[in-house]
Amino acid sequence: MFTTNFVRVIKWGWVAFWRNSWVSFATLIIVVITLFTLTGLLILKQVENKVVANLREKVDISVYFEQNTPEEEILKVQSDLGELDGVKNIEYISKETALEDFKKRHQDNPILLESLEEIEENPLQASLNIKATLASQYEAIAKFLEREEYKPLVAKINYWQNQEIINKLFSITEGINRAGIIFSVVLLAITLLVTLNTVRLAIYSQREEIEIMRLVGASNWYISGPFLMQGILIGIFSALITIGISWGILSYFSPGLSGFFPGINVFAYFQSNIFSIFLLELGVGIILGVLSSFIAIRRYLKI
Amino acid sequence: MIQFDNISKIYPRNSIALKNVSLRIKPKEFISVVGRSGAGKSTLLKLLLAEEKPTEGRVLFKNHDVHKLKGKELLLVRRKIGAVFQDFKLLPTKTVYENIALAFEVKGRTNQEIKEDVPQVLELVNLRDKADNFPAELSGGEKQKVTLARAIAQQPEIIVADEPTGNLDFINTWDIVNLLVKINQIGHAVLLATHDREIVNALNKRVITLEKGQIIKDEKNGKYTL
Repeated sequence: MFTTNFVRVIKWGWVAFWRNSWVSFATLIIVVITLFTLTGLLILKQVENKVVANLREKVDISVYFEQNTPEEEILKVQSDLGELDGVKNIEYISKETALEDFKKRHQDNPILLESLEEIEENPLQASLNIKATLASQYEAIAKFLEREEYKPLVAKINYWQNQEIINKLFSITEGINRAGIIFSVVLLAITLLVTLNTVRLAIYSQREEIEIMRLVGASNWYISGPFLMQGILIGIFSALITIGISWGILSYFSPGLSGFFPGINVFAYFQSNIFSIFLLELGVGIILGVLSSFIAIRRYLKI
Repeated sequence: MIQFDNISKIYPRNSIALKNVSLRIKPKEFISVVGRSGAGKSTLLKLLLAEEKPTEGRVLFKNHDVHKLKGKELLLVRRKIGAVFQDFKLLPTKTVYENIALAFEVKGRTNQEIKEDVPQVLELVNLRDKADNFPAELSGGEKQKVTLARAIAQQPEIIVADEPTGNLDFINTWDIVNLLVKINQIGHAVLLATHDREIVNALNKRVITLEKGQIIKDEKNGKYTL
């Protein structure tokens, strides 16, 4: 008996989905917009993460050592710094490496290279490039390097010159993060409300049918089952349509976006995560369809 | 079988639809409820279908107060009452066959039983060739026959018909009335609300006359006297 009714509910849900094609189509479009917004936000978050990471990568402080500082002393400082909290990475650049880098950077400037040859000795200083996890930690690192024991070794710390820029950069990245979250929440809330209202209107247009079924003596489950089934179908079809549209749009726009944000390939990200994105869309689509249908139909089922 | 026990129904703004109505309906009885518009005919029927709640009194169906029933018990009572309305109330997205099959489905009949029984019911209302049509493709008379067929498919104890001929022409009106008589002869009680004098007088059955929400006449072989 239960199986027979279950099969009938699925059948009538399927039949009603196609016979109420305009209503189904309208609801489908709204859910596709919601899922597309969700996918867009996901991709946007990815872009934002990359941009923020790129910006953060560019922030560091360098400590330059006096010309005659032995390498062991510098490595000792590096090891001391490594024990500090919040230090993410320390790169040692010896005098020789600094010179090589300098030459490479200025290989198109023969006058500068010739002047360097004339000096006959390496004028560049060994340095440590330090990256911290948080912007607020750079000051502590700089102060650590100003300790008495390091004073004879340290020639310059570039943090104090760059302090304002570093802080601004980090406040910008934090701002981007916060704005991203607020934007996502607001946009999702709007699309969810629109979806809920669309489904409510769709069911409202069929309220007389619900009343007829009640009069014939159909149970609440038998009345609401096909509507919930339609919600599931809308979720499934919406997820399929959204993933298809996203594929098309991202493959088209991704190269342009990569030109704008170097190192960011949203299409590659989409392709490598397509299965989990589809599952997310499917889950959200079905939950949205079923939940909206359930909320909308509940008021007509009061006996 | 059915008992309206001192029923009153007052809508908001003190609009009195029924006042102290008491009435008994026996099995297999054919009753016409007559009265002018607003006399309370439809309200009486809605109270039996538990679509409305009485302000006072109770409606008993086989000794069960229908307004105290909840959930499955109420569904079981509704399945024993076939309803026919002036505006047909057919499901527009289901075919004629499916509309009738619905009544069998909610009763838990098997697909095989439905396949056998729906054509028989369609035969009874002479609409076998319209099985695959949707309601929008039918005439008013045909729609009302489908509604009747669906009510019959419920195998009800009583058929409640609220102005079933209100939207029909002369020929279809009599087709429907004859069907109601036929259904009654099979053994179902019929409660017909109408203001069609000719029908009531031709039937020569029990007539209950309502005026301003009160029963002013209840005659065994009554006539339309308003």
